[in-house]
Amino acid sequence: MKKQKKMPAFEHVQIARDRNRPKVTDLISGLLDDFLELSGDRAGKEDRSVIGGVGLLDGIPVTVVGHRKGRTVEENVACNFGMPGPEGFRKSLRLMKQAEKFGRPVITLIDTPGAYPGMEAEENGISAAIAENMAQMSALGVPVIALITGEGSSGGALALGVADRLWMLEYAVFSILSPEGFASILWKDAARSSEASELMRMTAAELYEDRLIDRVIPEPEGGIQSSTGDSHVFTDWCGFLKTALAEEIRKLSGIPKEELLEMRYQKFRSIRSERTGNNYDTGN
Amino acid sequence: MSGFSDRRKTMLSFKLHREHNRDLQKQSSTFFQDLFDPGSFRTAFPGIESDDPIHFPGYRRKLKELRRVTGTADAIQAGYGKIGGITVCAAMLKREFMMGSMGTAVGETVARVIELAANKHTPLILFSASGGARMQEGMFSLMQMAKTSAAIERFKRGGGLYISVLMHPTTGGVSASFAMLGDIILAEPGALIGFAGPRVIEQTIGEQLPSGFQRAEFQLAHGFVDRIVERKELRPVLRQILRLHSSTWV
Repeated sequence: MKKQKKMPAFEHVQIARDRNRPKVTDLISGLLDDFLELSGDRAGKEDRSVIGGVGLLDGIPVTVVGHRKGRTVEENVACNFGMPGPEGFRKSLRLMKQAEKFGRPVITLIDTPGAYPGMEAEENGISAAIAENMAQMSALGVPVIALITGEGSSGGALALGVADRLWMLEYAVFSILSPEGFASILWKDAARSSEASELMRMTAAELYEDRLIDRVIPEPEGGIQSSTGDSHVFTDWCGFLKTALAEEIRKLSGIPKEELLEMRYQKFRSIRSERTGNNYDTGN
Repeated sequence: MSGFSDRRKTMLSFKLHREHNRDLQKQSSTFFQDLFDPGSFRTAFPGIESDDPIHFPGYRRKLKELRRVTGTADAIQAGYGKIGGITVCAAMLKREFMMGSMGTAVGETVARVIELAANKHTPLILFSASGGARMQEGMFSLMQMAKTSAAIERFKRGGGLYISVLMHPTTGGVSASFAMLGDIILAEPGALIGFAGPRVIEQTIGEQLPSGFQRAEFQLAHGFVDRIVERKELRPVLRQILRLHSSTWV
């Protein structure tokens, strides 16, 4: 086969944001049997931008937590375009703790433009909610797999990403900030987003090369979103993904808890690129 | 500055910026000396530099220049010493170095000082002043949020006391990771503390934010910090906290 020319990163961004991209609800129906949705943060709010619940993955009970995006304007308004407030992350944490209690592995499905940058989110402690979700996830006593399915932007995405395995769909993106936000901060010009996305190393292939993710899940050429209407292709693809997830969950479930937690800790602890320079004034 | 040409304005703002940074540098160089018992502070991990993980254009040059001007490897100073006779490990983010932003060098230094405190069985104090994750290191920066949060969680589960002190400003990826995870969280008066920057929120909601929004006093009122402490009160308050916890981990 002829080698494909590398697709510009911004095309990945556009595919990741495509309205036909499989949403968390499509993936839950495609991957799980007997799904039971659970709601609420038990502290005053149900945040619809995060979906969570329990279901069977190839017969294994798992807890699933993911960002919820819609297709229509109405759906997107109802789930705030997949941008959680603190309540969404507290709901996520509640369900993960519940999973830990019942010894259920956790799968997170990541697809968000970021945490919601609004007044109410700040008033209710969005920073603290994200930090707490990451901290608790890092020490959660059950296997955790995170899968980035669409756009994984900023802390709102990573908040669900502190996992034993971090996987990405082939055309998904994962970045420190949206390319628009990145361009706006560095160059004060959000319109330079395409240029920014080329520099950010945010595609699945680039992140795999940088060893920041563990596996790239192949999609049909051009992206799985073009097959959402073709139920046969989508079902087959979900079957492949389901098998991959179930195999990995079974593998991780065989690792003693202490060892699993040490591996998870080291996985993030070892992310570095620094070197030791000389000649600094130690002030002593 | 209406009478000046654009070029002159840029020059002037650059000069003001440089003077401001020089002030900040002076403040942060004496900060630990003033806070710790006289002569007790020792620097740890002084030379950790970023290695430009995503090869961002111009970043290496910028780091080199800042290292020359500030005399520090990156936006953090770490070490240990005594406060009121009690040994603590500590680190402070430095605003004068790319707004105290957290890339791999800052993240690694934070993780190391947390582990130092765990190994030495001392309390840990982190002084945050940061614009958040450092853009120029891409996902390597974002991942430092997970790395530092995991290190803090492990330290806390091991019984360690972690005091987080929020200075102006503490936002983005720093506020949404180790800064908000303190057993006790102190904030300096008027410090801007939040996740999204005020400009981003104003663009989202299409209106101006009320005055005092996201300031330390706002965070106190909403339950996210324990106390507001002025700079001159910092040492006595920290002494008190350490004294009250001295039976737990010695």
